[in-house]
Amino acid sequence: MALPQAKLDATEARLAALPVPDGAAWAKAAREDALARLRAMGLPGRRDEYWRFTNPADLILPEAPEAAVFISTDYGPLYDVIDRVKLVFVDGVFDAEASDDPVAAGLEISRLAEASATDIHWAKDLYGTLEARGQVPVQRPLAALNTATATDGVLIRATGKAEKPVSLVYLHRNTTSDATLHHVIRVEEGAELTVLENGPAAARFNKCMEVDVADGGAFHHIRAQGRDHERRAVTHMFARVGKESTYKSFTLTANGVLTRNEQFIEITGDNSVVHVAGAALGDGDFHHDDTVFITHDAVDCESRQVFKKVLRNGATGVFQGKILVKPGAQKTDGYQISQALLLDEDSQFLAKPELEIYADDVACSHGSTSGAIDETALFYLRARGIPKSLAQDLLTLAFVAEAIDEIEDDAIAAEIMSRLEGWLQRHR
Amino acid sequence: MLNIKNLHVSLEEEDKQILRGVDLEVHAGKVHAIMGPNGSGKSTLSYVLSGRDGYEVTEGSATLEGADILDMEPEERAAAGLFLAFQYPVEIPGVGNMTFLRTAVNAQRKARGEDEVSAADFLKQIRAKAKDLKIDADMLKRAVNVGFSGGEKKRNEILQMAMLEPKMCILDETDSGLDVDAMKLVADGVNALRDAGRGFLVITHYQRLLDHIKPDVVHIMADGKIVKTGGPELALEVENNGYADILAEVA
Ligand SMILES: Nc1ncnc2c1ncn2[C@@H]1O[C@H](COP(=O)(O)OP(=O)(O)OP(=O)(O)O)[C@@H](O)[C@H]1O
Ligand SMILES: [Mg+2]
Repeated sequence: MALPQAKLDATEARLAALPVPDGAAWAKAAREDALARLRAMGLPGRRDEYWRFTNPADLILPEAPEAAVFISTDYGPLYDVIDRVKLVFVDGVFDAEASDDPVAAGLEISRLAEASATDIHWAKDLYGTLEARGQVPVQRPLAALNTATATDGVLIRATGKAEKPVSLVYLHRNTTSDATLHHVIRVEEGAELTVLENGPAAARFNKCMEVDVADGGAFHHIRAQGRDHERRAVTHMFARVGKESTYKSFTLTANGVLTRNEQFIEITGDNSVVHVAGAALGDGDFHHDDTVFITHDAVDCESRQVFKKVLRNGATGVFQGKILVKPGAQKTDGYQISQALLLDEDSQFLAKPELEIYADDVACSHGSTSGAIDETALFYLRARGIPKSLAQDLLTLAFVAEAIDEIEDDAIAAEIMSRLEGWLQRHR
Repeated sequence: MLNIKNLHVSLEEEDKQILRGVDLEVHAGKVHAIMGPNGSGKSTLSYVLSGRDGYEVTEGSATLEGADILDMEPEERAAAGLFLAFQYPVEIPGVGNMTFLRTAVNAQRKARGEDEVSAADFLKQIRAKAKDLKIDADMLKRAVNVGFSGGEKKRNEILQMAMLEPKMCILDETDSGLDVDAMKLVADGVNALRDAGRGFLVITHYQRLLDHIKPDVVHIMADGKIVKTGGPELALEVENNGYADILAEVA
C-alpha cells in the first residue's frame, strides 16, 4: 500500500537533514537496508495506532526543537560511587578526553564511528539485525531511521564476567543539538555485563541499543534519563535472549517534555528471565511513554514488566505493554503491571496492556491502575506526627518501590532512590 | 489535660449531625473509659480530636493542655502529645514499620524543637518495647500492618504509643479482636505508660479490658452525647444489664 503523501514528505524532509554516513561494506549495507525499511514505513504520524497516545511530531521534525540546558548543582554525578568504565558523549559526540580508557577484563569495547570503517568486526552480523526483527509485527520507523543515520555509538562485547560496568554518560550542552546514537551489545555464552546510562544527551535524542544475550549470559541495564525538562527523546532497546539467560533493565525518568522508551525483547531460549521496569516522575508539561513488547518463543521463561509513574500538574503518562506467547512457549510466566499515581486531577495516565497467547500451559497476568494518594493512609501517617508533605513522599516512594526493587545492585538502587526523594522534595 | 466542651460535629459531605454536645474533661494521671452502643459517636469523637478530614465542628471546643487542637493539623496535634490507637489500624504497603516509626518519632521531636534520636538508640528502644509486646523482628521489618492479624495490628498500635510517649492517649476499641493473652499484653503496655503526667481515654464495649486497665472515670455515650458519668461500677452495670436501663433513666 502506498504511503500517504504527507508521510513521504515528512520522511524525506527528515532524511534530507541527516546524511547517511559512509563506512565499510557491511555498515553501508546495513544502513541502506535500514533506509529502505524506513522509506517503506514512513516516519510515524499522529494517526498511527501505535502513536495514539504520544504525538511524534517533535521527534520527526527536520530540526530539533530548542531545549534549554539544565545544570545541576545539588548532586554529584550519578554512579560516581561505582567503579565503572565511563564513556562520555556530549550532544551525541564521543568525548575521548572525558572518557575512561575503554579497557576492562572480560570486555571488548569499540566505537561505531571507527569499527564501521573496518571490514571485519564482530558487530557486523548484529548491527541493524535485531532492529529489523523488531519491525514485526509493529513498525518502529524511528529505530530504522537511527540504524540508517547514526554516526556513533559503542559496540560492547562481553566475553566473560565483565570486571566493571560500562557507563554511558550523555551530556547536553547545546540547546539545539540533535543526537543519534546506536549501540550494539553482545553478551557471549556465560558472560555477564552491566550497562549504565545517564543524562539527557541532547535537545533531541534518538538512541537505539541492540542487545544479543547468548546462552547463559546476563545483561543488566540501569538508566536515568536526566533532569533537563525541555529535552525530547526516543529510545529503543532491541534484545534477543538465549537460553538460561537474564536480561534486566530499569529506567528512571524525571522530567522531560517528551520521552518515548521502547523495548522489544524476544526470548528465544528456554529457562530465561526478562525483567523490564521503570519509574517516571513528571510535573507539568511532562509526557512519558513506555512501550514494551516481549515475545516468548521458548519454554519455561519468566518475564516481568513493572512500570510506575508519578504525575502532577497535568503531566501525562503512557504505557503500551504487550506479552506475546508464541505457540509452544509452554510454562511461560508473564507478569505485567503499570500504575500511575495521580497527584492531582489534571494529570492523566493512558494505558494499553495486551496479552496475546498461543500456548495453553502458561500463567500470564496483567494489571493497570491509576489513582490518587490513599487518604486513609495519609491520615494515619499524619496522626503519628509525620508532616503532610513527608507523609506524601513516603507513600509515593512506597508506590514506586516495586519498580526500584527490580534493580539488583543495592548501591545503584540507593542512588536512584535518593534522586527520587530529591525530585519529590523539589516538587511538593 | 484534655478539655472538650459542648462539641457538635456534622459530616462534611452530607447533612448529618453525629456529635450533639459532648462535654468531657480528662485530667493528667487519670484513665477515663467511654462505653456506649454501636453508632453512638465514640470513634467519631476520636477522629475529630485527631484531625481526620470529613467532619465539621459546628459548635464547641477541644483543648489539650489549654491549646485549641481543633485548629491544628493532625501532625501538630500528634506533636502536641495526642495519640489515637485506631479502631481499624491502616495497612500501608511499601512503607516499612521501622521506617515509619522512626520517621514519626523524629518528626515529633523536630516539631518540639528536640534533637533527632540516633539510629542506634532508636533500635535499642524499639527492640525492648517490641519484646514486651511480643512483636517479633519480622513484624518490625514488614510493611506497616500489612499481613498483620487483627490482634497484631492492635499490639502494633500500642508499640507506636510506647515509642511516641504521648501525653494524651485515646484507645479506640483496642481490645476488640484480641485473645486473652494479647489483651493482657496490651493492658500491661498501657499500664506501663500510666503516670501522673499522662491521660487516657479508653473506648471499649467490654468490662474485661477494664479489669486490666482500671479506669478512674467511666462515661456512657449515646446518640452523640455523654449521657452519664460515674466510677468503675458504671462499667459493671453495663456489663450486667446492657444500656437499656441507663438510657431509659436519662431519657
Ligand atoms: N463518614 C461517614 N459517613 C456516614 N456516616 C458516618 C460517617 N462517619 C460516621 N458515621 C455515622 O456516625 C455514627 C457514629 O459512628 P461512630 O463510628 O462514631 O460510632 P461508634 O460509637 O464508634 O460505634 P462502634 O461502637 O460500632 O464502633 C454512625 O451512625 C455512623 O454510621
Ligand atoms: Mg467505633
